[in-house]
Amino acid sequence: MSDFLVYLITGLGTGCGIALIGSGLVLIHRVTRVVNFAQGTFAVVGALTAISLLDTGLPHGLSEVLGVAVAAVVGLLVGVIAIGRRGTSPQAALMVTLGLGILAYAVEVMLWGDQGRSSEGLSGAVTVFGARIQTHYLLIIGVTAAVFAALAGLFGRTDAGKALSACSSNPYAARVVGISVTRMGLIAFAIGGALGGLAGVLLAPMNSMAFDSDVALIINGFAAAVVGSMHHIGRTLAGALFLGVAEAMVAGYGSATYQTVVALGLVLALMIGQAARTHSVVAEAG
Amino acid sequence: MNASQPPRSDVVDVVEVRDLVVRYGAATALDNVSLRVAPGEMVALVGPNGAGKSTLVNTLTGILTPASGSVEVRARIAQVPEGRQMFGDLTVDDNLRLGAWQLRGRGESRRKQRDTSWVYELLPDLVRVRDRKAGGMSGGQQQMVAVGRALMSRPEVLVIDELSLGLAPLIVADLAEHLTELNREQGTAVVLIEQNARLALDLCSRAYVLEAGRIAAEGDSADLAASPDIARAYLGEAQALPAPPDAQDDPGPHDPGPRDRAMADPAPTPGTAGTARGNQDTAVQAARAATREAK
Ligand SMILES: Nc1ncnc2c1ncn2[C@@H]1O[C@H](COP(=O)(O)OP(=O)(O)OP(=O)(O)O)[C@@H](O)[C@H]1O
Ligand SMILES: [Mg+2]
Repeated sequence: MSDFLVYLITGLGTGCGIALIGSGLVLIHRVTRVVNFAQGTFAVVGALTAISLLDTGLPHGLSEVLGVAVAAVVGLLVGVIAIGRRGTSPQAALMVTLGLGILAYAVEVMLWGDQGRSSEGLSGAVTVFGARIQTHYLLIIGVTAAVFAALAGLFGRTDAGKALSACSSNPYAARVVGISVTRMGLIAFAIGGALGGLAGVLLAPMNSMAFDSDVALIINGFAAAVVGSMHHIGRTLAGALFLGVAEAMVAGYGSATYQTVVALGLVLALMIGQAARTHSVVAEAG
Repeated sequence: MNASQPPRSDVVDVVEVRDLVVRYGAATALDNVSLRVAPGEMVALVGPNGAGKSTLVNTLTGILTPASGSVEVRARIAQVPEGRQMFGDLTVDDNLRLGAWQLRGRGESRRKQRDTSWVYELLPDLVRVRDRKAGGMSGGQQQMVAVGRALMSRPEVLVIDELSLGLAPLIVADLAEHLTELNREQGTAVVLIEQNARLALDLCSRAYVLEAGRIAAEGDSADLAASPDIARAYLGEAQALPAPPDAQDDPGPHDPGPRDRAMADPAPTPGTAGTARGNQDTAVQAARAATREAK
């Protein structure tokens, strides 16, 4: 029983990291229609920046915040290159983000080397129903809950959120009512960068981060975002938590070797299911 | 503001376009177009499909940039764009509120600017559907949302790219009345594009006729309506129309010719819409009027 609780909480912690990556993907797609394959890069940059700052003696907290800020700036830069020119199609922009993600490898290896690094998370543990749970997992869960509540509030209740959604819903009409579509897209990329960076600094104590850690992150985050149809905040969170818990259970009761395989299998099943559903919607519309 | 009076020549025009040229790549869509709108004036813009009407209004609202010439807009302008252009996955109410996006009030005045209730008074048919997704609305409902959304920005110049598109005749008449009211009471200037040239000339005091990117005629609506050339080309004077053979009679729902569309009065009734022909022909007319309305 206490094993189960431990797996569950660690799974939820991992799932929250996945959810933060997925939330950035959804946010950017919801505003620009671009699938941002550089989303994992934001996490790597955020985490490695924070770790370097910690090494120089900066305190916890400040280092992480600066890591997130640097990731936001990187997000903005990726946005400028991907969608800064008016008339770039979402497909072309997707290719640009993919290319920038690969280019980032070179920069990251130059700055931080090719070895994985990790940071110290929140120390200590609490005992819940006889299970020892590291405090850091609770931190991740709390932060993620706050981020998703904020995103749901933004899109659901505020005019700014509606205007952000309007940009992808009908870019021409958005311009007709005076919404600056490019500026909104850049804001989305910057926030997306911050969300990716947040995922990175929160996950770094649990998984070591190297330049190529973005692949695993983007695969999981993308799967969660696909569950949310690249649009729905709540369903993305649910998908991410499901993935995280499933991976933890497989690793705990089965073998960690199969953890990723099972996760990828789930991703594939979800994507096929999603594709079938999208197809039927299109068929209805046509 | 006394807007019902004819515009005085000493007031500054709210819209002034001089020698405007607009190109799509190499193709010239507007060639040396000049146009002006006085405060509180209602101006019609008529012309066949592809004449450049939408291009002109998109340049007025800054969505297209001129190749040469000047466009000066000296008042707050809003546009009912061609083809409704909904934010499909937002609700009707959200669509309306985004119309006020550019108004930057604070506190109480901001709350007032975002308040949509007066639009529902104007367009009561929208009340029932205010919380439904705009993408799921009928064409006519969407057109009402498009009009309401433009009004939400409290424009001093309202540009409407096809008012009657997909709307039932009664609603067109209703909207036309609202427009006149808005114009009279708040002095809102209106630029109206309308395939139903009769309606446009009736509503507006002045009109421009655009043909192949150039202004072919301009002047008082009454004078233009009285001109035989204009009447033949845009008002569909019924007697002048040769009766085409039935086989190629119907241009299809997707591409009604300008003449055919211009003939569709706000209240087309079978029998009066066309010439007095045989009984079977009247039945065809009735069927066509029905399809038009169904659209
Ligand atoms: N996006 C575009 N790219 C290239 N050419 C265009 C574009 N939009 C319009 N045109 C061309 O410019 C000309 C004017 O088009 P416009 O849409 O302004 O006509 P319109 O008077 O509004 O016609 P309609 O009554 O059918 O709406 C047409 O010849 C059209 O083919
Ligand atoms: Mg047009």
